[in-house]
Amino acid sequence: MSENMAPPPTTAVSNPPVEALAPNLGDGDIVLASATPNLPPPTRQLEKLAKLIDISKCIGCKACQSACIEWNDTHPEIGVNFGSYENPHDLSSEMFTLMRFNEYEDPETGNLDWLIRKDGCMHCEDPGCLKACPSPGAIVKYSNGIVDFIHDKCIGCGYCISGCPFDIPRMSPTKHVVAKCTLCSDRVSVGQGPACAKACPTQAIVFGTKDDMIAHAEERITDLNGRGYDHAALYDPPGVGGTHVMYVLPIGDKPELYSGLPADPKISDVVQGWKGPTKSVGMAAIGLAAVGAVLHSIFTKPNRVTEHDQVEAEEMVEDILGPVETAELATPQDEGKA
Amino acid sequence: MADREYSESSDRIIATEPVEVRRYAAHTRINHWFTAILIILLILSGFALFWPRLFFLTGIFGGGQNARFLHPIFGVVACLSFLLLFLQLWKLNLMRREDVVWASKITDLLAGHEERLPELGKYNLGQKLVFWGMFWLLLTMVASGLMIWQQFFPDLVSIPVRRWALLVHSIAAVLSVLVIIVHVYAAIWTRGTISAMTSGNVTGGWAWRHHRKWLREVARRQDSPPAE
Repeated sequence: MSENMAPPPTTAVSNPPVEALAPNLGDGDIVLASATPNLPPPTRQLEKLAKLIDISKCIGCKACQSACIEWNDTHPEIGVNFGSYENPHDLSSEMFTLMRFNEYEDPETGNLDWLIRKDGCMHCEDPGCLKACPSPGAIVKYSNGIVDFIHDKCIGCGYCISGCPFDIPRMSPTKHVVAKCTLCSDRVSVGQGPACAKACPTQAIVFGTKDDMIAHAEERITDLNGRGYDHAALYDPPGVGGTHVMYVLPIGDKPELYSGLPADPKISDVVQGWKGPTKSVGMAAIGLAAVGAVLHSIFTKPNRVTEHDQVEAEEMVEDILGPVETAELATPQDEGKA
Repeated sequence: MADREYSESSDRIIATEPVEVRRYAAHTRINHWFTAILIILLILSGFALFWPRLFFLTGIFGGGQNARFLHPIFGVVACLSFLLLFLQLWKLNLMRREDVVWASKITDLLAGHEERLPELGKYNLGQKLVFWGMFWLLLTMVASGLMIWQQFFPDLVSIPVRRWALLVHSIAAVLSVLVIIVHVYAAIWTRGTISAMTSGNVTGGWAWRHHRKWLREVARRQDSPPAE
């Protein structure tokens, strides 16, 4: 094994180097880890990476899906035709990316648009899955922006599914761990771009540094503007701090048209409330109650039965029952005691 | 048999010198402790998944995957067990007029002047609130718990509903722990209480001091001819 560390990839199109290179992603590159409040600071800052999906160039061939299955060695179920080109019908723990097809008739022009979007993990800068995850280190974010699931640490609770603003993670019903697009972190770590980008025949999927991808997107948007797509825009939603998978949307003012791509995604306030105040206020309240009980027991007298109470009880019982032999009162199961 | 307003049929005087009263039948006690053990397991496994610093508690159950698998099963069993307990206890836990008076004089109780409080049946307002509190909280937790039970009910509700279920489940869990702290501490602070759930019996003095109407009724019932 060479001592040389693989350089971070700047494109998906180049072929891999021949020499063996050490992976460039390690624990020192983790900037966020689930359920880990005292994460050691990263040892270096990697350049931010991004995948850019230019919807105007996509022809819906699904080469990306095939490449994803191939590289990740997943085995999606063989589907059935349900009247759409979407196949399989949804993302799954065996299908990390999915071409979603939507037919849209523009009310102004009457034109039919066939909108195709490659769905999958957006690799949020502020990942909702990671926020929701209760298992330390089961979801990590690297300083290059990749959000990855560490399957060994996943406990299968599905909290990440509720945390994600994009409805991406899927639970394996047999392995009981969640799965999603890794942005090919295993390929990136040895200097290669994601498999989907590598396979895309029209370069609709490109990969590189986030700065390069934004610059490339701007060129594409200028081009689209010149061809009548006045609202063409880059999709890099600020509500989740930006994403490391971005889209060029020809109809950029209506992202929902693209099979429900959220216009302003952010981590749900309900999830924030659950993971924030409920946890801190709740644990503080429990702590205070426990301490309060201990202090009360130390500084106040307990409520003790007095001799007087016992005498009163004897009198009351005697008044009602008259002098009764204890043995008479006892039922068979109490005989031993009486 | 005399009418029962404040006592269960199994409550009775089992000794007179000194007076001792049966408060909980064996099946009720077993039911109580079975529920208690399950709730302790639920707290350990649940709070491990709620607070990262307590995640190590999953080790008790054999790791995170096992804790995640077992928690909802404990929950369902605990709720069924509580249901049995509920069926035995709900009637005497219904609110009564004297509970309001009792509550208005709660400071006298804490100051050690229990004689200034009204005579009570088998339960005081605090005990009733613990009972109904656990009832509603467990109901909330089992309902919200089903919605977030990934392994068996992954598609029961939509993701936005599931987020609310997670929030509600965690708040109910925190509240139920507070109720349990009150329950356990009140049992300790009021000396002589715990034996009601261990041997099943309390002293006559305890019954006279805290639940006089109950003691009187139990004695009167015993005075009347045997049921057979």
